[in-house]
Amino acid sequence: MSYGLFLMSRVCNFMSDITKELHTEHMVINMGPSHPVTHGTVKFVVTLDGETIVNFEVEIGYLHRGFEKMCESGLWEQAFPYTDRLNYVSSMINNVGYALAVEKLIGIDTPERCKYIRVIVSELSRLSDHFTNVAASGLELGAFTAFLYFVEARDLIWDLLESICGARLTSNYVRIGGLKNDLPEGFKGHTARVFKRCRELWIDVDKLLTKNRIFLDRVRDVGIMSPDDAIAYGFTGPCLRASGVPYDVRKAQPYLVYDRMDFEIPIGEKGDNFDRYLVRMEEINQSMRIVEQALDNIPDGPINVDMPEYRWQSKDDIYTKIESVIFHFKTVVEGIKPPEGEVYFAVEGGNGELGFYLVSNGSGKPYKCRVRPPCFPLTAAMPKMVTGSLIADVVPTFDMINMIGGECDR
Amino acid sequence: MIADLIEAVAKILFIFGVNMGFFAPVLGWVERKQSAVMQDRVGANRADIFGFTLIGLLHPVADTIKLLTKEDFIPAGANKLFHTLAPFITLTPALIAFSVIPFGGQYEIYGHTINLVIADLDVGILFIFAFASLSIYGVVLGGWSSNNNWSFLGAMRASAQMLSYEVAMGLAIIGVIMVYGSLRLTDIGAMQENFFKWGIFLQPIGFILFIACATAENKRIPFDIPEAETEIVAGYFTEYSSMKFIMFWMAEFLEMITIAGIITTLFLGAWHIPFISSKMLLSLFSFAGANGATILVMLTNIATFFTKIIFMIWFQMTIRWTLPRFRYDQMMKLGWKILLPLSLINIFITGLVLLL
Repeated sequence: MSYGLFLMSRVCNFMSDITKELHTEHMVINMGPSHPVTHGTVKFVVTLDGETIVNFEVEIGYLHRGFEKMCESGLWEQAFPYTDRLNYVSSMINNVGYALAVEKLIGIDTPERCKYIRVIVSELSRLSDHFTNVAASGLELGAFTAFLYFVEARDLIWDLLESICGARLTSNYVRIGGLKNDLPEGFKGHTARVFKRCRELWIDVDKLLTKNRIFLDRVRDVGIMSPDDAIAYGFTGPCLRASGVPYDVRKAQPYLVYDRMDFEIPIGEKGDNFDRYLVRMEEINQSMRIVEQALDNIPDGPINVDMPEYRWQSKDDIYTKIESVIFHFKTVVEGIKPPEGEVYFAVEGGNGELGFYLVSNGSGKPYKCRVRPPCFPLTAAMPKMVTGSLIADVVPTFDMINMIGGECDR
Repeated sequence: MIADLIEAVAKILFIFGVNMGFFAPVLGWVERKQSAVMQDRVGANRADIFGFTLIGLLHPVADTIKLLTKEDFIPAGANKLFHTLAPFITLTPALIAFSVIPFGGQYEIYGHTINLVIADLDVGILFIFAFASLSIYGVVLGGWSSNNNWSFLGAMRASAQMLSYEVAMGLAIIGVIMVYGSLRLTDIGAMQENFFKWGIFLQPIGFILFIACATAENKRIPFDIPEAETEIVAGYFTEYSSMKFIMFWMAEFLEMITIAGIITTLFLGAWHIPFISSKMLLSLFSFAGANGATILVMLTNIATFFTKIIFMIWFQMTIRWTLPRFRYDQMMKLGWKILLPLSLINIFITGLVLLL
């Protein structure tokens, strides 16, 4: 009897020992600036309780180059190479956005053919952006094969871009009031071949990821943003649409010839990483549709506006006509001179609303050139999306918001 | 006596040579080439000697030379002794475990019985499990002694993962042991001469469970959580360089070979060719005389065994290059809530069938 009591008391003691609060500490670790998940340079200061994230801070600015200041010190046209380096995966959209903003300031309406070509290059850039993003999501979750399939697709898209402007990454193709050059010969056939292969690769990646149980488990219900939160944080683009808000600049404020195109805006339900993935996968299809429609309907005609004070005339004219030489001299040396005023113009970038806010004081240089980068608000919402989840969830979430250092830090 | 000694030394040298000299370096090449084939790439083809690239086969040599000449870096604040010891502790069990796996049957040549296994233990499977679980010490020690948060997280993950999957793996094997009634791997191998008595037919669930658990034990995708490079840099071997790094790397490949060996022995009929019994082989080779025929049968069996091993390695690599990786908690859930109950059910059903 007494032995039984003794045993009971021992067991009770033991139980109180294991339920006693253990002394644990939070671990603070630096993810980045050079960590495999922080493609583009960014740093997370993560406070961990075991593997659970207690506190998450984002430090940006490692890729700050002073984009806005550089624009102010150059002529209006000289900002184009800088815009290439904003979102370097879809540099054409940045070119188009900046050109459209300046044209709005001046009041230029570009020729039809120019508008169609701008739509084509924008959508090709969006394709390259989405291909890269979805590919990287596979890579970071360990699915290296899916990554390389979409990298092949992106490479084919870059072949197309290279045939247009000669560069794969830093295009510098669009000009104020026009384009550097027309589409190359046989572009339509080349595009058809590339899209055929891209669709095959799309199906392959869809098979590898979309119904893959492990991939689903990793991305579903991770990084959820409700529509209200997403709007409050200033989300735009695929991430906002994944939260169920059908906002797309191409539909909300159609620019160029998007109002004549037949395409759909995919939206998600939950706003988790899986919805973001699905939205991007569907947008790849829609972008290919837009390019095909644009190539079918593209009219012949000039690609540059006939306003010699803003857009150079052809070299033939410059070499043979005295007025053209004078305009050429004035625009090259002093720059074009938009009227005084300010303007904001937004295009739908790969990550969302890419806005340019320009102020002109009537001189040849921008007085102010401010960019609204779509991934800055997305990056700002990282702590909200990952706090309380596991450290492994940082990986798909950070990939799906697609923070591009060049664009976010400028 | 001397014949026994020669036989033992020859077997050890053979297995050591095949594993360390052939499989471990060549697997690095195979992994690169196979992933390249799966991903529409060319793969490793740059390393050359006087312009001969040998379809990239020189890359293991180049890698070894490069890693040998790298600085052997020990981070400040690391425990030097344990940091150095860890890769050895990981590599040794991976090498030893193969010693009880038979790569052929028993043969009578010139009056001398040759048993093609280095150590024919009557607790063969238990021996393998004992040594497989030893390698975890190297991992934990390496992660802990590196004085690095990433390594530490990797070590924690590795210990949790390997401990929990060892349970399910052990239970997945029990069905096989019940069916064949022996722990001795040579017995289990010998009992699979009939094609329809292969473990994969008698224990299909056990086979799948064992493959899943073994992949987890080997820490390869989809179970490479302890070294998930996008999450925790490189996990427990973040701070390793030079030959110590390659020792972890080799341990992984050796474990892969060992796993392939165990699967072959337990489930894929060991050294037997389907539908062809040893007697048929003997009569086939009867032109070479009694001893010559036995030697030929022995060589055929060894070749069969290693062909099966190569197939299983190919299978593991295909998995590795197809799937993404699990999350830590999902993997633990899979181990404890799905694989463990399944293996228990498997044991129960096997017992029921045996009883009836």
